[in-house]
Amino acid sequence: MNMNWYKFSAPSAFYPLAGKLIPWFWALAALFGTVGLWLGLVVAPIDFQQGEGYRIIFVHVGASWMSMFIYVVMAFWAAIGLAFNTRLSGMMTAALAPTGALFTFLALWTGAFWGKPMWGAWWVWDARLTSELILLFLYIGFIALTRAIDDPRRADKAGAVLALVGVINIPIIYFSVKWWNTLHQGASVSLSKGSSMAALMLWAMLLCALAMWMYTIAVSLIRVRGIILERERHTEWVKALLLQNAAAKPMIAPIAQREAK
Amino acid sequence: MKARHQRLLLIAGALVALGLIAFLVFSALNENVAFFYSPTDVREGKAPKNKLFRVGGLVEPGSLTRQADGVTLSFVVTDNAKNIPVQFKGILPDLFSEGKGVVAQGRLNDEGIFVAQEVLAKHDENYMPPEAAQALQKAHDEATGGAAP
Repeated sequence: MNMNWYKFSAPSAFYPLAGKLIPWFWALAALFGTVGLWLGLVVAPIDFQQGEGYRIIFVHVGASWMSMFIYVVMAFWAAIGLAFNTRLSGMMTAALAPTGALFTFLALWTGAFWGKPMWGAWWVWDARLTSELILLFLYIGFIALTRAIDDPRRADKAGAVLALVGVINIPIIYFSVKWWNTLHQGASVSLSKGSSMAALMLWAMLLCALAMWMYTIAVSLIRVRGIILERERHTEWVKALLLQNAAAKPMIAPIAQREAK
Repeated sequence: MKARHQRLLLIAGALVALGLIAFLVFSALNENVAFFYSPTDVREGKAPKNKLFRVGGLVEPGSLTRQADGVTLSFVVTDNAKNIPVQFKGILPDLFSEGKGVVAQGRLNDEGIFVAQEVLAKHDENYMPPEAAQALQKAHDEATGGAAP
């Protein structure tokens, strides 16, 4: 198919594309999440050491993976935005940050709930936990910094620099359990060594992580659509879109007409 | 060279520099980032003196005993090279067991016994059903000729 993909770097072209994609990602998230949780909570056997308690892994690992992965994607968009001056990349970075912060919080929270019964402590200052906490601060810092600057293009630039500098933290989180003595155990799944989990547990965990990935894409697309509308509200295509929606939904007609003026 | 290529190069250069800085900072910090010392570290004098620190390793099988007062426990932490005797008054975490990982915080007394204030269990990255663990144990015992209880 000979299609010009670059045209979707224009917010006006990306907006309807994102709108079409969102329901598909919601459907995939629901499908993977249902099957993953069913396998994990109902079908998978208990663990030989931790009994039923290990089942929090089905939330914890996916959330932790996404917390790191989303930051890498943000850094990718930040680099693209700084290098090529594309408008959409800054919007993507901004749209991803709240979900990244959510997953980081979830990873820390489920980790605490897991640590108390298994290790005997809610929290310890080991390298893995501390670097993940720094990641949460990076997300919050990114959100605060970009919201504090009124001019969106300048906000994007400042945020992009922070996202790129902070990406150093990601390999530190990932390899912390290898480089240093930590209370947190090593990786159960790795590219070099394969997996040290029973197959059924592994599949349930991977499906749950995949569900969180699909969820991330769906909510980020919704958020980026909101950001596009807000930033492009003075353009002709947004005004036309508002009027078109107003024709379909009489309720919002007065607002649309006022905005279109 | 186009302006955007120049910017891309600049960003790449900045990232490399940042990586280098982070590498240097972390190699300098390396000694301090360790959450615990192994018994070998402690025996070689790497652990801080007269200060709280953590020692981590495996609980030596058969070493866990309860003292006459009924609340003080003692066990041996080993890294299969050196041993540290540990004394602890308190409740052990559920996952604590002989042959498994443990991290204890406390200090060494004059007799060379580590008096712990807190004991945490450190589990490994393996997850499997109990039947699989038993089968593995059995295979291991048969291969090494050790008697299964």
